Amino acid sequence: MSGRGAPGCSRGLQLALLLVPLLVLGVLPRARAFEEQPGSAHGESQGFQVVTFKWHHVQEPYIIALWILVASLAKIGFHLSHKVTSVVPESALLIVLGLVLGGIVWAADHIASFTLTPTAFFFYLLPPIVLDAGYFMPNRLFFGNLGTILLYAVIGTVWNAATTGLSLYGVFCSGLMGDLNIGLLDFLLFGSLIAAVDPVAVLAVFEEVHVNEVLFIIVFGESLLNDAVTVVLYNVFESFVTLGGDKVTGVDCVKGIVSFFVVSLGGTLVGVIFAFLLSLVTRFTKHVRIIEPGFVFIISYLSYLTSEMLSLSAILAITFCGICCQKYVKANISEQSATTVRYTMKMLASGAETIIFMFLGISAVNPLIWKWNTAFVLLTLVFISVYRAIGVVLQTWVLNRYRMVQLEIIDQVVMSYGGLRGAVAFALVVLLDEKKVKERNLFVSTTIIVVFFTVIFQGLTIKPLVQWLKVKRSEHREPKLNEKLHGRAFDHILSAIEDISGQIGHNYLRDKWSNFDRKFLSKILMRKSAQKSRDRILNVFHELNLKDAISYVAEGERRGSLAFIRSPSTDNMVNVDFSTPRPSTVEASVSYLLRENVSAVCLDMQSLEQRRRSIRDTEDMVTHHTLQQYLYKPRQEYKHLYSRHELTPNEDEKQDKEIFHRTMRKRLESFKSAKLGIGQNKKAAKLYKRERAQKRRNSSIPNGKLPLESPVHNFTINEKDLELSDPEEAPDYGAEAGGGIEFLANITQDATATDSPSGDTGSDVPLTGRASPPAAEKPALPARSPRPRARSPAPPAAAGAGPGPERRGGPGAHARSAAARRVHSRRSFQRPRARRRPALLKLASLPPSCHAPPHALEQEETPL
Amino acid sequence: MGSRGSHAARIPDADSIRRETGFSQASLLRLYHRFRALDRNKKGYLSRMDLQQIGALAVNPLGDRIIDSFFPDGNLRVDFPGFVRVLAHFRPVDDDDSSMRDPKEPEPLNSRMNKLRFAFQLYDLDRDGKISRHEMLQVLRLMVGVQVTEEQLESIADRTVQEADEDGDGAVSFLEFTKEMLWCPACIFSLGCAGVVCSQHMGVNCTEGFHLCFQ
Repeated sequence: MSGRGAPGCSRGLQLALLLVPLLVLGVLPRARAFEEQPGSAHGESQGFQVVTFKWHHVQEPYIIALWILVASLAKIGFHLSHKVTSVVPESALLIVLGLVLGGIVWAADHIASFTLTPTAFFFYLLPPIVLDAGYFMPNRLFFGNLGTILLYAVIGTVWNAATTGLSLYGVFCSGLMGDLNIGLLDFLLFGSLIAAVDPVAVLAVFEEVHVNEVLFIIVFGESLLNDAVTVVLYNVFESFVTLGGDKVTGVDCVKGIVSFFVVSLGGTLVGVIFAFLLSLVTRFTKHVRIIEPGFVFIISYLSYLTSEMLSLSAILAITFCGICCQKYVKANISEQSATTVRYTMKMLASGAETIIFMFLGISAVNPLIWKWNTAFVLLTLVFISVYRAIGVVLQTWVLNRYRMVQLEIIDQVVMSYGGLRGAVAFALVVLLDEKKVKERNLFVSTTIIVVFFTVIFQGLTIKPLVQWLKVKRSEHREPKLNEKLHGRAFDHILSAIEDISGQIGHNYLRDKWSNFDRKFLSKILMRKSAQKSRDRILNVFHELNLKDAISYVAEGERRGSLAFIRSPSTDNMVNVDFSTPRPSTVEASVSYLLRENVSAVCLDMQSLEQRRRSIRDTEDMVTHHTLQQYLYKPRQEYKHLYSRHELTPNEDEKQDKEIFHRTMRKRLESFKSAKLGIGQNKKAAKLYKRERAQKRRNSSIPNGKLPLESPVHNFTINEKDLELSDPEEAPDYGAEAGGGIEFLANITQDATATDSPSGDTGSDVPLTGRASPPAAEKPALPARSPRPRARSPAPPAAAGAGPGPERRGGPGAHARSAAARRVHSRRSFQRPRARRRPALLKLASLPPSCHAPPHALEQEETPL
Repeated sequence: MGSRGSHAARIPDADSIRRETGFSQASLLRLYHRFRALDRNKKGYLSRMDLQQIGALAVNPLGDRIIDSFFPDGNLRVDFPGFVRVLAHFRPVDDDDSSMRDPKEPEPLNSRMNKLRFAFQLYDLDRDGKISRHEMLQVLRLMVGVQVTEEQLESIADRTVQEADEDGDGAVSFLEFTKEMLWCPACIFSLGCAGVVCSQHMGVNCTEGFHLCFQ
């Protein structure tokens, strides 16, 4: 194992040089301190000393801090070489590093003093990781697949535990393992602790393997939720073992089953209660912004400890605390605090994970715990793999009869293979009492082997496996314009059809829930201001900044100044833009989204080379590029997943707003032209043109303005907006566009947050024109109030008139020769538009008084 | 939720629909529930309004085009068979190679050709069997962000049409359209497994068979 890690270590040579002295520092002084102790007792009479060496005083926190430092430095070391980290998962590297360090320490000290103790693990290392998972959980995806996740987590884990335990017992009875002092219950106990897929390990590996989102959420969710099962099984069998096999009665078994429900549901309940509490508290932190983020951590942690205290499932508690509070907390706390929370959480989780894996390695270097039994170890490995696979296949077979989205063979393979065991199993096995479980050491060593095997071997091979299973994807070539356009169109079409056919399922429940949420929960748990506009203003502001930046870069490119560092839009390069359609479905992961988002300017030498080689008409390049950059992304592509190590900026909302605005306008227009007869087309076209121009102009609105002006009047704007889009009454449309965006922001948020607001008409935020034109229009145009009802018969005319806005290209445009058009457009690409750049400069010179979030731009950079 | 008990018997003409569309019993049932959930006032048909209520469609650039495709020939309403018929286009291509199919049978709705035709019709608004430059421009306008200028859009539309246009009539015929679409063979345009849309394989030979959407 250490041989495998050797390349990693040799690469980080300076790292090793750094670490060894540190360790020696950590270890030797401790030994010295022991020696010095008697001496200091003798020297009491020496009087006052100017400087005293009080190692003892700081020993424990010092060593802890050192270890954390070592682990963090190690991480830097690993990432010095991308080649290593792209092949070997970080968790595996950390374990190997731990082994090495453990070896050094042991060689120096001959005491295995640093081990992963269950207390440290369960109280300090695990909670941040799980909280992070819950807080950043893609809720919709999670609840959409909850049934599947639960089945795998509950039935799957029980199945794994039972089969592994029983099979091992069977083999034991056959005498293959030699003479061991184990009973059936011990085997079942072992099975139960080795059965659970580990959230830490799974995520550490899956994050690097880009699997599709459903698969990801299933395995991830399973690993989180199976904790309840593990805890119960573990407790039940442990108490059975304590009782002794012959004294276990049927009543105890029933109690065990009952306790499962109590533990899991109770844990969940505790989490939900604390989430409620947390949301409520953050509602009132307006004047203590500085400690706002603290509440999130403290209260979540309390949920963990509380359920631990009540011997409920602590992992479930803190997971659900995170899941439930995220919406309200994010709405309540200030943008800065939210950023702080995000970063702190990622930092803690990532750090904890690092430490866990390193200490797993270190803990293994302890001759006292090793007891080898080849048959037992090997068979355990075989059984957990085989039964996991069988379990997955069986359950998937059942599930696929009910699931809309089928789980394919490939998915099943990945799922079986991704069943990594980790530190939870290790901590549980260390917790065993040697007096009760006679072969504890055998269990411990086997668990260590299993953990190492799954994390290192499977972690190493799962990526090649996934790639191998998806071999066919790899052909790279430049897509033609048509392909790009139609491909993207198909994506949109498909996601539309998904929405229409209700693919995602659970709509009824979700509608009910979102109603309930809007009517009650949000009212209680969210600030007044947040209820109204949930930081919308800042978002709009933010968006404008972004637009400025984009247009600036685009502008520069058009003028040729930046073109040289931009590469042409081939898919296989890490560069360019916001909307590259990636070559494969498996890359729905965050890390690649990040790459897309940040690298507007390409610094990758390789792609520069490639670009130099490709001799292409610049115009062609620009066209491709524009198309690629500005094509709207389909839903699946921008929806991001959970990642422990990365943070994603929110790109999608902006797009939603734009499209939403457009759609609504068109619907209104088609409705109106259906109502008012033909002859609207030209006007509509004009309006459309104006809208386009307006939106572009918007991006150059001085940025300080927006937040100051329209804080709360979204409903009035709603009215205005409807009026304004009325062609006859729209002379001053331009002036209101800023407010219009805000209005859209609210509603889009609504539309996207609830996802399928088919039951939403009665709600307080009208889903604009389509849902409640009466409400909005009555005050303004009482005479036309019956209009909405006239709407449903209107469509045929609307269908005819709908495309109206686009007609304006008309015969005139056709009359121009294609060549002339080309010349024209080429010229327009080159035309400098200096007006836009000052807008960007303004960012830098914003008056401090405006509520500009100082990190608005920073946030864009975070992924760097 | 949604599937409380078996309402299969209540679906009118369930058998003939199934024969036409190839949906399984379970899928049909599910779609029927969905249909009724969309149908606000229990009218027994869907109006344009009903579909426009779906929030996600409002933020889908092609959402309204899709809605229109449910109402062909100026219909005002779509009943359940019509609803299912449209959706049937999105069933994955059946496993047996479609080229080997008995030519006498009518092509199933989910055949590659029919899928493409469905897509084509979303572009071809005037139903003249050609995507003109103008129609291309309209789609482009829907699909790109506002940052792109009108001139750029026109240029892109020009190039897109030119790229596909083989006979030089300044428009893309269905034949030319299908030729452009060769890159994505069998699985084109099917709702895929794991909610993954196959055409995301843009620029890639997309041969991964994603199957079954509504089961």
